[in-house]
Amino acid sequence: MNLRRDVFQAIADPTRRAILLLVASQAMTAGAIAANFDTARPTVSKHLQVLTECELLRQEQHGREVYYQLHPEKMKEIADFLEPFRQLWEQRFNKLENLMKNLKDQ
Amino acid sequence: MEAKTKITAKDQQQDLVITREFELPVELLFRAFTEANLVEQWMGTKVLKLESKPHGSYQFETSYDGNVVFRANGTIHELVPNKAITRTFEMENAPIGVQLEFLEFEKSSDTSSKLTMHIVYRSAEHRAAQLKLPFKQGLNMAHNRLEEILSQLK
Repeated sequence: MNLRRDVFQAIADPTRRAILLLVASQAMTAGAIAANFDTARPTVSKHLQVLTECELLRQEQHGREVYYQLHPEKMKEIADFLEPFRQLWEQRFNKLENLMKNLKDQ
Repeated sequence: MEAKTKITAKDQQQDLVITREFELPVELLFRAFTEANLVEQWMGTKVLKLESKPHGSYQFETSYDGNVVFRANGTIHELVPNKAITRTFEMENAPIGVQLEFLEFEKSSDTSSKLTMHIVYRSAEHRAAQLKLPFKQGLNMAHNRLEEILSQLK
Protein backbone atom coordinates (compact mmCIF):
# COMPACT_ATOMS: atom_id res chain seq x y z
CA MET A 1 0.00 0.00 0.00
CA ASN A 2 1.36 3.38 -0.93
CA LEU A 3 0.32 5.87 1.73
CA ARG A 4 0.24 9.48 0.78
CA ARG A 5 3.05 11.26 2.64
CA ASP A 6 1.96 14.05 4.90
CA VAL A 7 4.29 17.05 5.11
CA PHE A 8 2.96 18.13 8.46
CA GLN A 9 3.33 14.66 9.88
CA ALA A 10 6.85 14.61 8.48
CA ILE A 11 7.89 17.72 10.38
CA ALA A 12 6.05 16.68 13.55
CA ASP A 13 8.81 14.16 14.27
CA PRO A 14 11.77 15.61 16.26
CA THR A 15 14.43 13.45 14.54
CA ARG A 16 13.17 14.52 11.12
CA ARG A 17 13.22 18.17 12.16
CA ALA A 18 16.82 17.66 13.35
CA ILE A 19 17.72 16.13 9.97
CA LEU A 20 16.23 19.13 8.16
CA LEU A 21 18.27 21.51 10.32
CA LEU A 22 21.39 19.47 9.68
CA VAL A 23 21.14 19.49 5.88
CA ALA A 24 20.03 23.13 5.85
CA SER A 25 23.67 24.18 5.99
CA GLN A 26 25.09 21.65 3.49
CA ALA A 27 24.18 18.62 1.40
CA MET A 28 25.11 15.39 3.19
CA THR A 29 25.22 11.65 2.55
CA ALA A 30 22.97 9.29 4.50
CA GLY A 31 26.02 8.02 6.39
CA ALA A 32 27.12 11.50 7.43
CA ILE A 33 23.58 12.33 8.59
CA ALA A 34 23.25 9.07 10.54
CA ALA A 35 26.57 9.76 12.31
CA ASN A 36 24.85 12.66 14.09
CA PHE A 37 22.22 10.46 15.71
CA ASP A 38 22.24 7.68 18.28
CA THR A 39 19.38 6.07 16.39
CA ALA A 40 20.07 2.92 14.34
CA ARG A 41 21.10 3.54 10.74
CA PRO A 42 17.94 1.91 9.21
CA THR A 43 15.79 4.23 11.35
CA VAL A 44 17.61 7.26 9.95
CA SER A 45 17.21 5.82 6.44
CA LYS A 46 13.49 5.50 7.04
CA HIS A 47 13.30 9.14 8.14
CA LEU A 48 15.23 10.21 5.03
CA GLN A 49 12.81 8.23 2.89
CA VAL A 50 9.80 9.99 4.46
CA LEU A 51 11.39 13.43 4.01
CA THR A 52 12.28 12.63 0.39
CA GLU A 53 8.82 11.29 -0.43
CA CYS A 54 7.15 14.45 0.78
CA GLU A 55 9.75 16.47 -1.15
CA LEU A 56 11.29 18.27 1.81
CA LEU A 57 14.61 16.67 0.83
CA ARG A 58 16.08 16.10 -2.61
CA GLN A 59 18.57 13.44 -3.56
CA GLU A 60 21.53 14.24 -5.75
CA GLN A 61 23.96 11.71 -7.18
CA HIS A 62 27.66 12.64 -6.96
CA GLY A 63 29.71 9.77 -8.34
CA ARG A 64 28.85 6.78 -6.19
CA GLU A 65 27.48 8.88 -3.33
CA VAL A 66 23.93 10.09 -2.88
CA TYR A 67 23.68 13.47 -1.20
CA TYR A 68 20.58 14.78 0.54
CA GLN A 69 19.76 18.44 0.39
CA LEU A 70 16.94 20.70 1.49
CA HIS A 71 14.18 21.61 -0.95
CA PRO A 72 13.68 25.23 0.15
CA GLU A 73 10.57 25.96 -1.95
CA LYS A 74 8.72 23.09 -0.32
CA MET A 75 9.81 24.28 3.15
CA LYS A 76 8.58 27.76 2.34
CA GLU A 77 5.25 26.34 1.22
CA ILE A 78 4.61 24.91 4.69
CA ALA A 79 5.69 28.05 6.48
CA ASP A 80 3.66 30.42 4.26
CA PHE A 81 0.48 28.40 4.57
CA LEU A 82 0.25 28.46 8.36
CA GLU A 83 2.34 31.46 9.28
CA PRO A 84 -0.20 34.31 8.86
CA PHE A 85 -2.79 32.39 10.88
CA ARG A 86 -0.22 31.57 13.55
CA GLN A 87 0.86 35.21 13.77
CA LEU A 88 -2.74 36.31 14.18
CA TRP A 89 -3.06 34.11 17.27
CA GLU A 90 0.42 34.99 18.52
CA GLN A 91 -0.55 38.67 18.50
CA ARG A 92 -3.85 38.00 20.29
CA PHE A 93 -2.18 35.82 22.91
CA ASN A 94 0.60 38.37 23.49
CA LYS A 95 -2.09 40.97 24.15
CA LEU A 96 -3.91 38.59 26.47
CA GLU A 97 -0.73 37.89 28.43
CA ASN A 98 0.14 41.59 28.83
CA LEU A 99 -3.42 42.48 29.75
CA MET A 100 -3.68 39.85 32.45
CA LYS A 101 -0.18 40.55 33.80
CA ASN A 102 -1.17 44.19 34.35
CA LEU A 103 -4.38 43.07 35.98
CA LYS A 104 -2.37 40.89 38.35
CA ASP A 105 -0.09 43.80 39.30
CA GLN A 106 -2.96 46.10 40.21
CA MET B 1 13.34 33.64 20.12
CA GLU B 2 11.21 30.56 19.64
CA ALA B 3 7.58 31.28 18.79
CA LYS B 4 5.32 30.73 21.78
CA THR B 5 2.22 29.98 19.75
CA LYS B 6 2.34 26.74 17.84
CA ILE B 7 -0.12 25.40 15.29
CA THR B 8 -0.38 21.82 14.15
CA ALA B 9 -2.45 21.31 11.02
CA LYS B 10 -2.03 17.92 9.41
CA ASP B 11 -2.47 17.78 5.67
CA GLN B 12 -5.93 16.78 4.41
CA GLN B 13 -7.49 16.84 7.89
CA GLN B 14 -10.40 18.97 9.05
CA ASP B 15 -8.99 20.09 12.37
CA LEU B 16 -6.06 21.98 13.83
CA VAL B 17 -4.46 22.44 17.22
CA ILE B 18 -3.17 25.73 18.60
CA THR B 19 -1.01 25.65 21.73
CA ARG B 20 0.46 28.44 23.80
CA GLU B 21 2.32 28.71 27.10
CA PHE B 22 1.47 31.74 29.22
CA GLU B 23 3.37 33.36 32.05
CA LEU B 24 0.10 33.60 33.93
CA PRO B 25 -1.59 31.52 36.61
CA VAL B 26 -4.24 29.31 35.03
CA GLU B 27 -7.00 31.21 36.90
CA LEU B 28 -6.07 34.46 35.14
CA LEU B 29 -5.78 32.75 31.76
CA PHE B 30 -9.27 31.32 32.21
CA ARG B 31 -10.72 34.72 33.18
CA ALA B 32 -9.38 36.19 29.93
CA PHE B 33 -11.80 33.86 28.09
CA THR B 34 -14.85 34.24 30.31
CA GLU B 35 -15.12 37.94 31.19
CA ALA B 36 -16.52 40.16 28.45
CA ASN B 37 -14.43 43.27 29.17
CA LEU B 38 -11.22 41.21 29.07
CA VAL B 39 -12.16 39.36 25.86
CA GLU B 40 -12.89 42.73 24.26
CA GLN B 41 -9.41 43.98 25.01
CA TRP B 42 -7.29 41.11 23.74
CA MET B 43 -9.53 39.98 20.88
CA GLY B 44 -9.94 43.57 19.74
CA THR B 45 -13.69 43.21 19.25
CA LYS B 46 -16.82 44.42 20.95
CA VAL B 47 -18.54 41.73 23.01
CA LEU B 48 -22.32 42.10 22.64
CA LYS B 49 -23.04 39.10 24.78
CA LEU B 50 -21.04 36.49 26.70
CA GLU B 51 -22.79 34.02 28.96
CA SER B 52 -19.94 32.02 30.41
CA LYS B 53 -21.86 28.96 31.55
CA PRO B 54 -23.00 25.64 30.08
CA HIS B 55 -25.64 26.31 27.37
CA GLY B 56 -24.72 29.99 27.33
CA SER B 57 -24.11 31.92 24.13
CA TYR B 58 -21.95 34.76 22.91
CA GLN B 59 -21.77 37.40 20.18
CA PHE B 60 -18.83 39.50 19.00
CA GLU B 61 -18.99 42.50 16.71
CA THR B 62 -16.28 44.79 15.34
CA SER B 63 -16.99 48.08 13.59
CA TYR B 64 -14.72 50.27 11.56
CA ASP B 65 -15.78 53.77 10.52
CA GLY B 66 -19.37 52.99 11.54
CA ASN B 67 -19.55 49.81 9.44
CA VAL B 68 -19.69 46.34 10.94
CA VAL B 69 -16.63 44.51 9.58
CA PHE B 70 -16.71 41.39 11.73
CA ARG B 71 -19.45 39.47 13.50
CA ALA B 72 -19.13 36.14 15.22
CA ASN B 73 -21.27 34.05 17.52
CA GLY B 74 -21.45 30.69 19.19
CA THR B 75 -22.75 28.66 22.08
CA ILE B 76 -20.95 27.29 25.09
CA HIS B 77 -21.60 23.61 25.67
CA GLU B 78 -19.38 22.94 28.61
CA LEU B 79 -17.49 25.17 30.99
CA VAL B 80 -15.32 23.74 33.75
CA PRO B 81 -13.64 26.61 35.68
CA ASN B 82 -9.86 26.79 35.10
CA LYS B 83 -9.95 23.56 33.08
CA ALA B 84 -12.03 23.49 29.93
CA ILE B 85 -14.44 25.23 27.61
CA THR B 86 -16.24 23.45 24.79
CA ARG B 87 -17.97 25.83 22.41
CA THR B 88 -19.00 26.45 18.84
CA PHE B 89 -17.77 29.46 16.89
CA GLU B 90 -19.08 30.93 13.67
CA MET B 91 -17.79 33.94 11.82
CA GLU B 92 -20.73 35.48 9.99
CA ASN B 93 -20.51 36.00 6.21
CA ALA B 94 -17.38 33.88 5.96
CA PRO B 95 -16.93 30.62 4.00
CA ILE B 96 -15.56 28.81 7.04
CA GLY B 97 -18.81 27.57 8.56
CA VAL B 98 -19.41 26.62 12.16
CA GLN B 99 -16.44 25.24 14.03
CA LEU B 100 -16.27 23.21 17.20
CA GLU B 101 -13.65 24.31 19.72
CA PHE B 102 -12.21 22.37 22.62
CA LEU B 103 -10.26 24.70 24.89
CA GLU B 104 -8.10 23.11 27.56
CA PHE B 105 -6.46 25.10 30.33
CA GLU B 106 -3.59 23.48 32.21
CA LYS B 107 -1.63 24.66 35.20
CA SER B 108 2.14 24.40 34.53
CA SER B 109 3.22 26.05 37.79
CA ASP B 110 1.75 28.65 40.18
CA THR B 111 2.73 31.36 37.71
CA SER B 112 2.46 29.65 34.32
CA SER B 113 -0.14 27.79 32.32
CA LYS B 114 -0.82 26.21 28.97
CA LEU B 115 -3.72 26.60 26.57
CA THR B 116 -4.62 24.00 23.97
CA MET B 117 -7.28 24.91 21.41
CA HIS B 118 -8.46 22.01 19.29
CA ILE B 119 -10.60 23.36 16.45
CA VAL B 120 -12.70 21.04 14.30
CA TYR B 121 -14.09 22.30 10.98
CA ARG B 122 -16.89 20.88 8.88
CA SER B 123 -14.43 19.63 6.25
CA ALA B 124 -10.80 19.95 5.15
CA GLU B 125 -12.00 22.59 2.65
CA HIS B 126 -13.54 24.68 5.43
CA ARG B 127 -10.28 24.50 7.35
CA ALA B 128 -8.36 25.59 4.26
CA ALA B 129 -10.69 28.60 3.95
CA GLN B 130 -9.80 29.54 7.53
CA LEU B 131 -6.07 29.29 6.93
CA LYS B 132 -6.28 31.44 3.82
CA LEU B 133 -8.30 34.13 5.58
CA PRO B 134 -5.45 35.99 7.32
CA PHE B 135 -3.86 36.55 3.88
CA LYS B 136 -7.07 38.18 2.71
CA GLN B 137 -7.40 40.24 5.87
CA GLY B 138 -3.82 41.39 5.50
CA LEU B 139 -4.47 42.34 1.88
CA ASN B 140 -7.70 44.14 2.74
CA MET B 141 -5.99 46.10 5.48
CA ALA B 142 -3.22 47.07 3.08
CA HIS B 143 -5.84 48.14 0.53
CA ASN B 144 -7.78 50.18 3.09
CA ARG B 145 -4.60 51.88 4.21
CA LEU B 146 -3.75 52.63 0.60
CA GLU B 147 -7.21 54.10 0.03
CA GLU B 148 -6.83 56.31 3.09
CA ILE B 149 -3.51 57.63 1.91
CA LEU B 150 -4.78 58.17 -1.62
CA SER B 151 -7.93 59.96 -0.47
CA GLN B 152 -5.79 62.38 1.53
CA LEU B 153 -3.85 63.22 -1.60
CA LYS B 154 -7.00 64.23 -3.49
